This record gives sequence, structure tokens and C-alpha cells, in this order.
Amino acid sequence: METYNFENIFEGKLAKNEMIEPKDWMPENYRKHLIRQISQHAHSEIVGMLPEGNWITRAPSLRSKLVLLAKVQDEGGHGLYLYTAAESLGTSRDEMLDALHTGKAKYSSIFNYPTLTWADVAAIGWLVDGAAIMNQVMLQRTSYGPYSRAMIRICKEESFHQRQGYEAMTRLAFGTPAQKEMAQDALNRFWFPTLMMFGPPDAESPNSDNAVKWRIKRETNDELRQRFVNQTVPQIEYLGLDFPTNSGIKWNETRKEYDFSEPNWVEFKNVIHGNGPCNKERLQARNTAHKNGEWVRAAATAFAKRQEEKREAA
Amino acid sequence: MNHHYKFILRLADNGLINSQRLTEWTGHGPFLEEDLALTNIALDILGRSKMLLEHAAKLSGLENVSEDTLAYFRNEREFLNTKLVEQPNGDYAQTIVKQVMVDYFDLLHYTELCKSSDEVLAGIAAKTVKEVTYHYRHTSSWVTRFGLGTEESNQRAQAALNELWRFSGELFFTDETEKFAEENGIGVNINASKDKWTKTITTLFEEANLKIPADAFMQDGGKNGLHTEHLGYLLAEMQSLAKAHPEAKW
Amino acid sequence: MSDTQGPMWEVFLQKKAGQPFVHCGNLHAFDKEMALQNARDLYTRRMEGTAIWVVKSEHIVASSPEDQGAFFEPANDKIFRHPTFYQVPDIIKHM
Repeated sequence: METYNFENIFEGKLAKNEMIEPKDWMPENYRKHLIRQISQHAHSEIVGMLPEGNWITRAPSLRSKLVLLAKVQDEGGHGLYLYTAAESLGTSRDEMLDALHTGKAKYSSIFNYPTLTWADVAAIGWLVDGAAIMNQVMLQRTSYGPYSRAMIRICKEESFHQRQGYEAMTRLAFGTPAQKEMAQDALNRFWFPTLMMFGPPDAESPNSDNAVKWRIKRETNDELRQRFVNQTVPQIEYLGLDFPTNSGIKWNETRKEYDFSEPNWVEFKNVIHGNGPCNKERLQARNTAHKNGEWVRAAATAFAKRQEEKREAA
Repeated sequence: MNHHYKFILRLADNGLINSQRLTEWTGHGPFLEEDLALTNIALDILGRSKMLLEHAAKLSGLENVSEDTLAYFRNEREFLNTKLVEQPNGDYAQTIVKQVMVDYFDLLHYTELCKSSDEVLAGIAAKTVKEVTYHYRHTSSWVTRFGLGTEESNQRAQAALNELWRFSGELFFTDETEKFAEENGIGVNINASKDKWTKTITTLFEEANLKIPADAFMQDGGKNGLHTEHLGYLLAEMQSLAKAHPEAKW
Repeated sequence: MSDTQGPMWEVFLQKKAGQPFVHCGNLHAFDKEMALQNARDLYTRRMEGTAIWVVKSEHIVASSPEDQGAFFEPANDKIFRHPTFYQVPDIIKHM
């Protein structure tokens, strides 16, 4: 009888750029890392519905209301794809939601900042989705099959989000003085939180090593952050907006890239640890929705059971 | 206000206010799949209302009127939606009970409006029938689940029905505007559908162990701009940003 | 468990009539009708399909990776199952 060396098979697949599928053997650390990363990603999509959703009922035109509604709904869909991808690793949605609701699970720190004006919604579409796409494009080639498939679907759908955000920003930047001011203010406030989305500097990033080895991640935090700045600066210039306050953006002729100031990593840690401006509100909103939905889910469970019993009796 | 314009405006406003309420659920639904499903319904209804408001803007005979000025720069007394759709969402049973009544009414009404002599309206109606057929399938299946699910869900659905039934009659309210529309082939006699509506809705609820309130006094007035107090707050929220920047484009 | 998100389902979409149903993802639903509706609302928002199958995930029977050799490698040497194995004179068309 042939004996398998599972570890060798696993490493062999990674080396050949082959996908790992749910039933394949995988090291426990790989499984754990993925569950954590995918569920965090899913939570980010779900919590991410809230800051933009905050403006659906006040969207200033019917077109912008339709677009925002569709976009927030897409985010819910993306959360759903990701939850099911994580579930294929042996966790359940109940467990993941429980971790989110009790504050044990993390999600992207950016969503703990408030959307104070309509321009914030535009800035999120432009900057936050722009930053997210860089990560997501990379993750289409991640080693875990269900995660990769979810990301491919997400990227396809996501492509309109950033454009929608930038279009909304354009209308503001070229609109009335009050609109332009709103746009500048949103850029100022969302710039550094967006840069934080790529995670701590490589030198301090605890999870990057294995993640790159396992092809769960394919570029480092700092590489992605630099690329984001390079692509975003001309977009700011086109809008005729000033560079964000204290952003330190400056062309570096030697590196042929933009220099920029580091975000305040102390603030980042505070937000991650629950002390951002909206952490409490976001968790509260999720908990309230979950609690209000409890009797609905109970009714659906009871009804399904009743149907089963009826079928068996027939 | 000419009758044709007013007729279209009533249809448009009913959808607009209905969808405005539904969008309040987005991101806060009872579970993820249902959150997305209800948002799909809101998107359909909002999209339809936008088209109807564009059409109404053209019929208004006024200059500088667009779907957005109609949505964002009219006040409480100028909105012509039924009182039913402006009622607060309440719990999910209230939302579903309200929606199922609207969905089935819309299904019957827009099916007839496919034959409208107003070609724009007929086109919108053809698209709408497909959408609301699905909406009704979705909301009616929830009525059944709530009615036959748990004791709590049955009670909540019953409470919703007790609260909202009195607004259902206005769906069939007609005056000279509907009469004008009917006579000119723009609209139809919606009261011809009333028995079918009542029978189907009653059967749906009764099969789910829910009782239609007997002898309810039916409220109306919304279609002529006499609303419940809820509408003012809804509009204050919906219109706040647009009204703060009347000269802005978004 | 008293409160759950309902069982998991597998979703298959047919892009248009005549084409095979292809697995496109998963979702949660409490009953069959809901599974069908959720699949429609989740996986056909961009006209991805015209027909849907849903099946509860627990009803899927799957081969395991250890079966790979025994299940699929024996097909490697059955080249006579493929049309190119057979020689037909060039002059013969439509075969």
C-alpha cells in the first residue's frame, strides 16, 4: 500500500503554482491563517456596508442613490462569497459572526472612520476601493482555490466601484465651491486611513512571511502602498485638489516614485484595538441587525422543519 | 396640475417613497442573503420610479423640471403616494406585510398598464410586471414562513396586519384623475382588480394562519397630498443634502 | 444550535439554454424556495444565467484527493476513447 507524504504533496502543489482545494491535506497553520484572513476580509465587506450605507437615504440625486445602493449591495455579496470560502475550511458562518459580534474578529480599520459628508462616500469609492482592488487583484492568484475563485468574482464586480467613486469625486471637485471644499476635506481625512489599509510596514508585519510563502499574499504591504501612492497622485492632480494635509507627497527623481509621509501608526493601533472614531457604532449596528433578525431566522428554521416533516409524512 | 401628469406622479411617488423605506434596511437585514434580496427589490422599485419621474417631468409642462427636482424639491403636501408606503419599516414582519400588499397590487395594476395608450408608461409597465412578479413571490413566501413559522413570528405578522390593513384600501382610491386616465386609455379601472386582489391576499394570509382585521376603517388622502406625519421626516432626511445645495450637480 | 444562518447550498447556473450547468458558488438558505430565490438575487445580478439549480451541500458526494490516483489515472491510457486514436483516410469528410 502506498503511503502519502501529505506535506510533500502540499509543498509540491505550491511549488507548481497549483491550487489547494478544500479536501486536500493542508498544514494546520495554513488553514488557520486562511480562516483568519478570509473571515477578516468578509467582515470588512459587511462592516464596510455601513459607512457608505449611511448615505443611501440621503443620496442627493436618484442616479447617485441607485448607484450607491447597488454598490453597497455588491459589498454584501462579496462578504457572502468570502464567508462561504472560509466555511470550506471547516468553520461556520455562525462562528465567524459570533467572533465579529463579540469584537474578537478584526476587520479593515478604514471602516471605523465616519462618513461625515457625501464627499466621504465618493472618497471611499475612489481611495478605499482603489486600495482594496490592489490587494484583491493580487489575491485572485492566491493558492487556496475557493478564495481565489471568490476573489475573481469580486474583482469582476468591483471594477465599477472605484470608477463610480472617482466620477462622484469629479463632480464635486468641478462643482460649486462648497462641493469642492467638501471633496478636499474628504481627501484630507481619508488619505492616511487609506494608506493604513495596506497594513503595518514590512519590518513590523507579523504575518507577511508565511503569507508570501503560501501564496496567500504575493506582494508586501510596503510594495502595495507605494504602488497605490504612485497611481493616486496623478488622480488628485487631475481633480485640481491640493495634496492631503501633511501627506508629504513629492516626486523623487532618483527612485522615479513618489515620496510620502508614513501614516500615524499609533493611531492605526488604536483603531485596530477598538478605539477608532466608529468602532463601537459599527459593532453595535451589526449586533442590532443580528439580534433583530433572530426571530426571523427562527421562523424560517421552524418553517423549513415543518415542510420537511410534511414531506416525510406524505 | 393636468391629470395625465398627476396620474404618472402618483405612480412615481408611490414607488419612490416605497423604495426609500426599503433602502433603510440595506446593511441591517435579518441575515445576509435576505439583506441582498430586499435591496434588489428596492433597486427595481427605485429604478422604475426614476423612469416614471422623468416621464412626469416632461408631462408637467413646466421648465427646469427634472426627475431630481421632483424628488428633492417638492414638499410633503405635494407628494402623491399612498399612506401605506410611507409607514415606518417597523420589524421585518411589518416590512414584509406592507410590501406584499404593495407588490400584489402593483402586479395587477402594471399588468393592466401594459396596455396603456401612453407608450412610455406601457414600456415601463412591461418591465415592471416582470420585476414585481418576482417581488411578490419573494414577499409572499415570507408571509407564509412568518405565519406558519413560530408563535412569535405569527404574532408579529398578525400585529403588522392589524396595524397596516387600514392603509390597504387607498391603493384602490380613485378620483377624477384616475377617471381621466381611464377614459383616455392611459390608465385602467383599478377597481376591477380589487376583488382579485382581496381574494388572493386574503387566501395568502389565511393559509398562513393570519386573520384579516374585520371592519377596518380605510384611510386615504395620501394620493392628494394629505399624509401621515411620518412622511415629513422621511422627506427631511431624503432631501436634506440636495436642498442644502440647490445649485449643485451630483 | 438555537440560532443559525441556515444550511449551506451549492448553486449551479446555466448561462443560456443548451449549455451545461456550472457550479458558481454557495449560499445559505433555510428552505428550497428561499435557496432558489437567494441564488437568483445573489448570483444573477449581472445577467450571469437564465436557469438555476440549487442543492443542499450535505447532499453532494465528492471524491477525495486520495482517490485521485485510483479514480482518474486509469483513464490516462485509454487513448482509444478519443477520436484521434483512429485513422481515417483524409478523403473521408464529416467524420
